[in-house]
Amino acid sequence: MATKTYNPKAWLFVLPVVILVAFNALIPLMTVVNYSVQETFGDNVFFWEGVGWFEQVLHSERFHASLLRQLSFTGIILAIEVPLGVAIALTMPRRGPWVSVCLVFMAMPLLIPWNVVGATWNIFALPDIGLLGRGINAMGIDYNFTQQPLAAWFTTILMDVWHWTSLVVLLAYAGLRSIPDAYYQAAKIDGASGWAVFRHIQLPKMKRVLTIAILLRFMDSFMIYTEPFVLTGGGPGNTTTFLSIDLVKIALGQFDLGPAAAMSLIYFMIVLLLSWIFYTLMMRNEDQ
Amino acid sequence: MRKATWLAPTLYILFLMLPIYWLVNMSFKTTNEILNVFTLWPQNFTLENYEKIFTDSTWYNGYFNSLAYVLLNTAISVTAALPAAYAFSRYRFLGDKHLFFWLLTNRMAPPAVFALPFFQLYSAVNLFDTHIAVALAHTLFNIPLAVWILEGFMSGVPKELDETAYVDGYPFWRFFLRIFMPTIAAGIGVAAFFCFMFSWVELLLAKTLTAVVAKPIAATMTRTASTSGYELGLLAAAGTLTIVPGAFVIYFVRNYIAKGFALGRV
Amino acid sequence: MSKISLKNMRHSYLANPAADADWALKTMSVDWSDGGAYALLGPSGCGKTTLLNIISGLLAPTEGTVWFGDKDVTNVPPDRRNIAQVFQFPVVYDTMSVYDNLAFPLRNRGVSEDDVDRRVREIATMLELDGMLTNRASGLTADGKQKISLGRGLVRDDVSAILFDEPLTVIDPHLKWVLRSKLKELHQRVGTTMIYVTHDQTEALTFADQVVVMHEGTVVQIGTPVELFERPRHTFVGHFIGSPGMNVLPCELEGGSPLFGGITVPTSQPIAHRPGGERLEIGVRPEFVTFAPEGIPVEIVRVSDAGRFSIVDTRHGDHSIKLLAPEGQELPSEGAHIRFDPGHTQVYADGWMVG
Repeated sequence: MATKTYNPKAWLFVLPVVILVAFNALIPLMTVVNYSVQETFGDNVFFWEGVGWFEQVLHSERFHASLLRQLSFTGIILAIEVPLGVAIALTMPRRGPWVSVCLVFMAMPLLIPWNVVGATWNIFALPDIGLLGRGINAMGIDYNFTQQPLAAWFTTILMDVWHWTSLVVLLAYAGLRSIPDAYYQAAKIDGASGWAVFRHIQLPKMKRVLTIAILLRFMDSFMIYTEPFVLTGGGPGNTTTFLSIDLVKIALGQFDLGPAAAMSLIYFMIVLLLSWIFYTLMMRNEDQ
Repeated sequence: MRKATWLAPTLYILFLMLPIYWLVNMSFKTTNEILNVFTLWPQNFTLENYEKIFTDSTWYNGYFNSLAYVLLNTAISVTAALPAAYAFSRYRFLGDKHLFFWLLTNRMAPPAVFALPFFQLYSAVNLFDTHIAVALAHTLFNIPLAVWILEGFMSGVPKELDETAYVDGYPFWRFFLRIFMPTIAAGIGVAAFFCFMFSWVELLLAKTLTAVVAKPIAATMTRTASTSGYELGLLAAAGTLTIVPGAFVIYFVRNYIAKGFALGRV
Repeated sequence: MSKISLKNMRHSYLANPAADADWALKTMSVDWSDGGAYALLGPSGCGKTTLLNIISGLLAPTEGTVWFGDKDVTNVPPDRRNIAQVFQFPVVYDTMSVYDNLAFPLRNRGVSEDDVDRRVREIATMLELDGMLTNRASGLTADGKQKISLGRGLVRDDVSAILFDEPLTVIDPHLKWVLRSKLKELHQRVGTTMIYVTHDQTEALTFADQVVVMHEGTVVQIGTPVELFERPRHTFVGHFIGSPGMNVLPCELEGGSPLFGGITVPTSQPIAHRPGGERLEIGVRPEFVTFAPEGIPVEIVRVSDAGRFSIVDTRHGDHSIKLLAPEGQELPSEGAHIRFDPGHTQVYADGWMVG
């Protein structure tokens, strides 16, 4: 790392970015904070509420339930997408004309608007008109994600795997590509097994990009809203009502701005905290 | 052993393509066929759905609206991120590390949290239902990403390049535009790709900040699905059309994808 | 340990090689005797690394066979060939300590921990790595890493050859010499066959007993440094080895002697008659060209000082001829003539020596 020179004028360079992001982040954040400590009965009349909303949200079973659903969902999709993505990256060709073909096809789901993803999966999985729904029912399994909680979870998770595993694949593949051929050749001569090559050559080189992959997948899956909302609408019942969906229901559906704002902040803090812990742990590992 | 390695990527791509195939398949069917018979490919092949989209201005305007704010956002994000990324990669200054982390935290902000305050903010400044509103709102998560990617690419350029240019008497802005930017052209391309991608796929904010004039195509789609009954063929055709720009963009950057996903440094 | 032989071997990276140029390696049969120190010398892209990878088993030749002693190993994978290879860029396993790096090839082969420990310590001492066995390998300097790569080869007692693929490329200049002498010393101590790929003639000539010179996928000559110098079998060898390289001049044959610009150039033995249609050339090194009262008339173009002697550029018609003059020798001012030493003047047909 080259040493950087101290230059207070550098602030001028970052000023446009700071202004833009501050306008978009700080003002809405202040609004949210403002709501979270007030009560309103409409007509823009507000009363000081203190930390009441926070206490209410933190103790509400509804919040606990959606948080638990959210954690389970994020845990499951990470447990599937990361190993699967790495496995696919490992089996991809290292060079040749097929590389571009693979990459182009794999990147496709990433560039589809999120509600189109939801809509696509909706018509793909519907038991009467969808290929997947028909297929599963044809195998003799009773499957209807609009009515069975288990089927709804299965479909939501499958959709997320479909949508996002490629991100892990592409990141892992970028890491793998940076390994010179000589490493594989030396390992062959040293008699290393496939597992040893993975453990001592491929995994260490992928560590950085995998950190990014896990961090991105964690953050994005924790914020997931559009896809499951379009697919299941949070149902059947509340079974796929994740944090964001619940939040929007409270804020826009019931217009309970105070609790919604308090919940937003708690929710934001959770994402921030978990990301920070994870990032720090990974970076400390790297320094050793 | 060697032989079977093509199997996994092939199966995976097949899995990725199936739902897309189903969508495209449905877009060429009549509503009648979709609802009454189950067919693996269109029996009564029709372009009716596409015809409707291309002739109805609420539909095709949605398309232009989406492209307008996405391109606007990409331009704003990359332009603002360039000097900032340069500052982060070359200089130390008061609060630099905290600032970088603060920028990144904005990527972690759930859009659902900001939906309502955004609506109020942009209404207050009279920008509600304009392209620029969505473009500005999307900078919230695209600028941090663009800064991050560009900083990675810039740190890979040796500082000697800057110093040589100064010694040769280049004024800073000419150096930046004529020498530095061409050097990291790949990085700019990658950053633009990511900005395009995230702005194109995001809908919650785009929908919240628009009503009629700047309504994105994907939002027009959901409205149709709910209001005019279940016109599935039309919905599928509109969905198919939203995939097209993405597919184009991927095709153009296909050789940079792997590098881009490494964010410039592995 | 055993002799390594390549029999009627050739290789192409293309699926359906047709033209001559499609072959990265053209048909060759080469023997590498047990315990020899070989250098594989040639410019970039001449097929050195390909040849090395065929010996180590990383590549299978398109045609022909590879033998270790009396065993055909053409289709034996590298880990069962008893070969070690050191690459251009150091390969170390970043997550492991120096000790674990050295132990890695042994552990992969199921050697008992006691033997592993004994061998690793022995090799570490030999390579002067004992002080840093517990360090993380990723923190070492380039030469330290290259020593580890070498150590992973030496640590196995079943290795019959160690292959080096330009191992000093990334080493600091002042350490190159140290590491090269270390290699030479190791070769004498362990007596393993070593094949050292390089494009640098100094490296090749100082390291090897036998130098194998390659040019465009062909082995053009195998010989001791002295043989390469005195009797280059191909004009390429004459050019490539020696500084400055051999003078190569077009000639005709008349009555068993070459004619250059109408002047007969004497050789030690008469040249047999050649069929027509070939490109005939005389080759003579600058070391064996002297000024003489009569012979080939030349004009002196330039003189440059190279320490104990001067390099004199002369010209006869369109042809440039270099010669070495001892320091302090007075150069003829006008009407200079030069003569070639008959014992070191060769004739080449289409590049290959014919007498």
